[in-house]
Amino acid sequence: MARHTGRRLPWARTVFWLYAATLMVPILWMFLMSIRPNEDILGSFSLVPQRVTFDNYATFFTRSAWYSSYLNSIVYTSLNAVMSLVVALPAAYAFSRFRFAGDRHLFFWLLTNRMAPPAVFLLPFFQIYQHVGLFDTHLGVAIAHMLFNVPLAVWILEGFMSGIPREIDETAAIDGYSLPRFFVRIFLPMIRSAIGVTLFFCFMFSWVELLIARTITSVNAKPIAATMTRTVSAAGVDWALLAAAGVLTIVPGAIVIWFVRNYIAKGFTMGRV
Amino acid sequence: MTEVGEEPRADLKRRNNRAWWLVLPVVVSVAFTAVIPLMTVVNFSVQDVFTPSDRIFVGLEWFRSITRDPEVRSAFVRTLLFSAQVLLLEIPLGVALAVCMPRRGVWVSVALVLVALPLLIPWNVVGTIWQIFARGDIGLGGWAVNHVPGVDFNYTLDSTDAWITVLVMDVWHWTPLVALLAYAGLRSIPEPYFQAAQIDAASAWATFRHIQLPRLRGVLTIAILLRFMDSFMIYTEPFVVTGGGPGNATSFLSILLSKIAVGQFDLGPAGAFSLLYFLFVQILCYVFFTVLTRSGR
Repeated sequence: MARHTGRRLPWARTVFWLYAATLMVPILWMFLMSIRPNEDILGSFSLVPQRVTFDNYATFFTRSAWYSSYLNSIVYTSLNAVMSLVVALPAAYAFSRFRFAGDRHLFFWLLTNRMAPPAVFLLPFFQIYQHVGLFDTHLGVAIAHMLFNVPLAVWILEGFMSGIPREIDETAAIDGYSLPRFFVRIFLPMIRSAIGVTLFFCFMFSWVELLIARTITSVNAKPIAATMTRTVSAAGVDWALLAAAGVLTIVPGAIVIWFVRNYIAKGFTMGRV
Repeated sequence: MTEVGEEPRADLKRRNNRAWWLVLPVVVSVAFTAVIPLMTVVNFSVQDVFTPSDRIFVGLEWFRSITRDPEVRSAFVRTLLFSAQVLLLEIPLGVALAVCMPRRGVWVSVALVLVALPLLIPWNVVGTIWQIFARGDIGLGGWAVNHVPGVDFNYTLDSTDAWITVLVMDVWHWTPLVALLAYAGLRSIPEPYFQAAQIDAASAWATFRHIQLPRLRGVLTIAILLRFMDSFMIYTEPFVVTGGGPGNATSFLSILLSKIAVGQFDLGPAGAFSLLYFLFVQILCYVFFTVLTRSGR
């Protein structure tokens, strides 16, 4: 179906690009800091760097504390996105297709898990993950982040699935498809865009989370964001290195959104959400 | 013109309790990460913990002292005010942005990536960016405010400036989420609706009010709920930028809570505090959820 734009106001585009430009200013400022030596940043204010250096990036990629925690974040974030998607798919299908005892309450209960204030909940987290042997593992962080990503994934997927007519399920059943086979062969390809959008949001929320990830890791699965806080607390902040790390933390997300951009553009709410 | 929201066909769903098998993986995975910690916190909240083996049951004592604590009360009002400002600024701005976004051609991809960028930055990095960007001496933002309008701006000393810095940071950080959700919602409106509006010679405003806005109800429900919960529990970004100061100016509930829990290690009061906090967010979300999903049906 052709998607239409609606009537556009003549200045709409200008307003949008002005906003987008404003949005970029703090990020550009961080980028400019990342290509200056640290003494210059603290020395004086200047719009354009007097000396340009890529040493900060070189430091990042040569010190294992930095690049390995960067890889840790990528590993557990990807793992979390896939795991959240896999458990959320059947559940979202159930919510969109069937009525069952306690369905509404369950749906709301799932959402409430996003609302737990972390400060106190972190203590038992630490104890539990140590107890079951998931402390400081990528799998551990991926499971912990399912707390807030699974409900979101169910919510997004359910919205898309409800937009797909139930007649399709019935026709497939008449044609002799079993539920699992129908789900994999027919239904999943139909909700490709929903899967793209869900993966993006799971990746995003797991990538930016710090408190839980930091609590249940020490070395082997330590996230990049935690490595960055260590630099802050050290005597004399290395702003330049911090800025370089900051710029690099934007890269994976930017790549992911580039891949799912068409899915987001295609529309999210094919049915109700 | 009547509203054109699509009616959910919930009544057509088949009743089948075996669907529980399909939701079981979700329940198990969430229960592991949610229920056990919650029970532990409940345990904290009714006991006075000296050491792990030496504790006494105190009933609702902590709940009473927390609700009477003036510091908690003022942090509560402050956080509520912050969330209200966040919603009032970000929701209209996000929708306006989505309406203005390009919808055809190569620029769509560029626009989407640019708008989404702030969302993909780890929260403490967002704090770090603004911590330096808003500084009057070496940050572009603070420097510009100090020099162009000539206002004396210093977020480490002035409480209003600190509040504005945190608020602007949140708007910068999270309006894109509202914009992306609203944009996706707008894209799902079928062409004939707009043709009908064109035939009626509807103004751009009328088209927005009667066609686009009603169709956005679903995504805006998500946006309002997510923005409410996350702004009401904001921690990492203000902690990095202001640390709750100057004085108590940006000491939100979560910052106060972690001061009690981690700083003073008062697990009993902190547990009671967490539960009340959790309960309040849940109740308010339930109210939002009910009002937003029922209205317009």
